[in-house]
Amino acid sequence: MARTAIRPVDGALPTPSPESQTATPLLAIEDVTIGYQTGNGYLTAVDTVSFTLSAGERLVLLGPSGCGKSTLLRAIGGFLKPASGRILLNGQAISRPGPDRMTVFQEFDQLLPWRTVLGNVRFALERGKGLSRQDAEPIARDWINRVGLERFADAFPHTLSGGMKQRVAIARAFALQPTLLLMDEPFAALDALTRRRMQDELLALCEETGHTALFVTHGIDEAVRVGTRILAFTPHPGRLAASFEVPAAARVRGTPAFAALEDYIQRTVFANPEVGND
Amino acid sequence: MTEIAVSSQPALLTHLARWPWHRITILAGLALLWEGYARWLDNALLLPTLGATVAALWSAILSGELPDRTLTTLMVLLSGYVIGILIAALLTGLAALSRWGSEALSLLTSMFNPLPAIALLPVALLWFGIGRPSLIFVIVHSVLWPVALACHAGFRTVPPTLRMAGRNMGLSGGRFVLQILVPAAFPQILSGLRLGWAFAWRTLIAAELVFGVSARSGGLGWFIYTNRAQLETPSVFAGLLTVILIGLVVEGLLFRSLAKVTVHRWGQEQA
Repeated sequence: MARTAIRPVDGALPTPSPESQTATPLLAIEDVTIGYQTGNGYLTAVDTVSFTLSAGERLVLLGPSGCGKSTLLRAIGGFLKPASGRILLNGQAISRPGPDRMTVFQEFDQLLPWRTVLGNVRFALERGKGLSRQDAEPIARDWINRVGLERFADAFPHTLSGGMKQRVAIARAFALQPTLLLMDEPFAALDALTRRRMQDELLALCEETGHTALFVTHGIDEAVRVGTRILAFTPHPGRLAASFEVPAAARVRGTPAFAALEDYIQRTVFANPEVGND
Repeated sequence: MTEIAVSSQPALLTHLARWPWHRITILAGLALLWEGYARWLDNALLLPTLGATVAALWSAILSGELPDRTLTTLMVLLSGYVIGILIAALLTGLAALSRWGSEALSLLTSMFNPLPAIALLPVALLWFGIGRPSLIFVIVHSVLWPVALACHAGFRTVPPTLRMAGRNMGLSGGRFVLQILVPAAFPQILSGLRLGWAFAWRTLIAAELVFGVSARSGGLGWFIYTNRAQLETPSVFAGLLTVILIGLVVEGLLFRSLAKVTVHRWGQEQA
């Protein structure tokens, strides 16, 4: 499958950042096709997609509903198997879910309702990293503090707002220090004000820890805000349409560079009415 | 002084407010209805008054017969209940982990759940003879299927995101079932346990009515049966009242407390 790589050519737009080209690939997606059986036949969700991800990068899979971006993320998470192609993490084929690829889901019910905020993070550390309760406790507390939930450590998830639940899920994912952080539209169910704050906080956490992340979203602004590189997908079937580098200067909301890149992605990939963007 | 008075009065009020006033009122209403109707009917052989029933209950307790019978019944009941739950746990665990287990459980529950436990009593008597094993066998049957059905249905309602979150932490197999599915499906499991408890009671009392374990070591059902034979109607009602009282106590103390420290606290079910 030929794919068009649209690169920014306008002088006002940034050039690719050099660090992502020199680093070694952490994740390799090689000609991956994923489909599933539906009521009226076989549906190809992801069609021969290939890309690599280097350590320290924050790669955004951007596209409208039905472009297969979430399906691809589930496959990288090990929750489903591709029909063909290979997914390699540090050269090893992914066969099952594991704590080296912690996922933050969109849905609020990803937390264990029978455990407190502290209990949720601690449980993940105990099960995912095999830590004892004593060893897990301070790490869990530290991450709960870092997402600003110290006052809610003993609260049960059902008493928290949507944004706070997502914070717990983010703390849980970061606490396990995964090789790769997977974010499946984590802020899509939040209100616009909370979403903006959460994007800023996530960006700060990522930059501070240097975690490699794969972030799925349908918002161009969110993609530009959190990513260092953006892969744009088009739907039916899900195909990789273009890739964009996001330099640090374009990551600041309200700047001309931010608006220009956002507009550029919109025009080059999603302007076609058949593509749609929701 | 004033501060103490001000703070102690609401404390007393909130303590009183925590009493289940609705239930107490309804119970009192039912008791009045019984007493009134029995007095109007004025036939102690058909329907003794509440007062006569309580008096019979009291003397049966004092004589030591009723506590003895109740204890016998409760022991048989608990053995059957626990065995039934253990088998149900095993079956639903297998059903959660494999397609074969799931299909087997669905088939077995649809075959055996509609079968009244008491209908198995003749078979049980053939296999185990008259005695405790037969009673336990029919109780296990009456508990097993509704509990297994409720657990299995509960497992299937666990949201896919929660399942993925559990597997993401590296949980699989039995640990996944015990540490993710069981607590996540606890509201349904709890109603299954309540249902199983009620079914176990019904089955046991019915079975004991058909035959006592033996006249010497019979349970509550035997107590009701013998008193009916001797036309001691107040004692028959005293036996029935005991069954009801134990049901209220188990529901109020055991299941409600269990729900309070689990599903209510976790926000999975409204109090």
